[in-house]
Amino acid sequence: MTLSRFANRWLLFALAVVALGLAVANEYLFTLFNFIGINVILVVGLNLLLGYGGQISLGHAAFFGLGAYSSGILTATLGVNPWLALPTGLAVSGVTAFLIGVPALKLRGYYLAMATLGFGIIVYIILNEATGLTGGPSGLAGIPSLSLAGFPLNTARRLYWLIWPAVGLILALSANLVDSRTGRALRALHESEAAAQSLAVDTARLKLKIFVWSALYASLAGSLYAHALNFIAPSSFTFMFSIKLVTMVVLGGMASIWGSLLGAAVLTVLPELLAAFHDYEVVIFGAILMVIMIFLPRGLVRGLMDLVEFRRYKKEGGRLPV
Amino acid sequence: MQIYAALCQYLVSGLTNGAIYALIALGFGIIYNATTIINFAQGEMVMLGALSAISLYSLKPSFLFAFLGGVTLVTLVGLVFERLALRPVRDPSPITLIIITVGGAVFIKGVAMLLWGKEAYTLPPFSGDAPLHLGPATVLPQNLWVLGLTACLVIALEAFFRLTLAGKAMRACAYNPRAARLVGISTGRMVQLSFGLSAALGAAGGILIAPLTLGVYDMGTMLGLKGFCAAILGGLGSLLGGVLGGLVLGVAEALASGLISSGYRDAVAFCLLLLVLFLRPQGLLGGRE
Repeated sequence: MTLSRFANRWLLFALAVVALGLAVANEYLFTLFNFIGINVILVVGLNLLLGYGGQISLGHAAFFGLGAYSSGILTATLGVNPWLALPTGLAVSGVTAFLIGVPALKLRGYYLAMATLGFGIIVYIILNEATGLTGGPSGLAGIPSLSLAGFPLNTARRLYWLIWPAVGLILALSANLVDSRTGRALRALHESEAAAQSLAVDTARLKLKIFVWSALYASLAGSLYAHALNFIAPSSFTFMFSIKLVTMVVLGGMASIWGSLLGAAVLTVLPELLAAFHDYEVVIFGAILMVIMIFLPRGLVRGLMDLVEFRRYKKEGGRLPV
Repeated sequence: MQIYAALCQYLVSGLTNGAIYALIALGFGIIYNATTIINFAQGEMVMLGALSAISLYSLKPSFLFAFLGGVTLVTLVGLVFERLALRPVRDPSPITLIIITVGGAVFIKGVAMLLWGKEAYTLPPFSGDAPLHLGPATVLPQNLWVLGLTACLVIALEAFFRLTLAGKAMRACAYNPRAARLVGISTGRMVQLSFGLSAALGAAGGILIAPLTLGVYDMGTMLGLKGFCAAILGGLGSLLGGVLGGLVLGVAEALASGLISSGYRDAVAFCLLLLVLFLRPQGLLGGRE
């Protein structure tokens, strides 16, 4: 990719964000955009871990929840400034991810999946049971909106101008990370842990780093979510939500930063578009996971592009490039 | 004296749940041995077993018919799942297989929700619900059914693996698939058999527990995960380990919910899981890798 094409992409993204923000008048659409943005941050983080690093987390909703509840409890219950609560949430999630990650990342494949899954369920149970702290199953209300230099971001349209630049920043940061030495080491880790080690990649440290990194993304998304909705309940941080995040990564394409944008957008909009979707939601998510992983393991866009290319080569009687 | 009676009561309910976890853990172990896959859809087979037996029982109120019918149906689902979702996989890395079986679990759960709705169904106990007094504890006949039938199934399974040709072939595949192929064992067939067998075990567990809990479309996830905890606790792939892990987990859960707080009951299994994974990932009975 040439530098100009690379820059063009970001310019296009920024233009699209600004154009949408100016053209749209509907408050509901802004709410939807904001949720897409929050999901994009979550999915990019998970994609760094899952798609690039090849380490699975089936408990990512837990870090999302830790961020949301840190912000929620600190601001609504203790009256702390939201801009102080957010980094506190990041610290809580980061330290938790570190403590869980040190032993968990020694595990591979299935064991890691189960450890993160178990962790996710434990956090969910605590959110439900520690009623004094979290408000229990009925949730935590009265979380204030964010404000920027005295200007309250109390409507979805105003919050849009915070969330989407943040999404852009996160995407740029991740694209940069992926193209850095760390990113190359990550892909090596994904291909073969032994090979990466033999090339002097400290795989244990790298795995821990990317795990904490993606937990921080999730925590940031959680804080934004809490302030966007002004209300949080444990039902937003279930095992099923962790699965939805994995589905978004898989649909958009593993190891694809821009794919994460697509996966999160499609699977956030789809339930809103189809009123009847709600009943079929679970079936559809399950089907997407299976079908994509079986037939298009590189994600929807790249998978379809591969198929088209395959057809073309076949038609021309040429050989496939290896 | 009172605490002694309460402890006995926890033991009874813990062992009953533990027996179900053991059946699910065995299902995980059988598939793992044949394929080194963890089938996250295992819990949904339990749910399917319970719900289809309940539906069959409402058609024809015979426990034998409902039990055998339910197990047969779910075995077919297990076979179809292996055929359609796992055999076509081109890149069988653990991550791909985890995502596919998790997707399968979610899919089966969703289909069950469409078929049976969200309400809970009851299955009457196999032989009445007049409680028996065994020493200080009160035992329901269904508790005895669960424990007795689980014991029979475990013995039958052990006999199958030790005494029959198919069982020996499956064990050979578990030890060394390549060597098994060399002596003429069709490993593909054995993989299929392992999926059918573990689906059947899961279904049996679901049908046994249905009269004590209830049959709901979303009961499978938690049961499946706890069955997996049991399998890890005992050492993945070890049959005896799975049974022991299930019973230990069931009793630990019952004690924790009785003595500490029932709200944190479900957390016990996962705390134990994390502890075992972090301290002794090969399980209580597993050897070093």
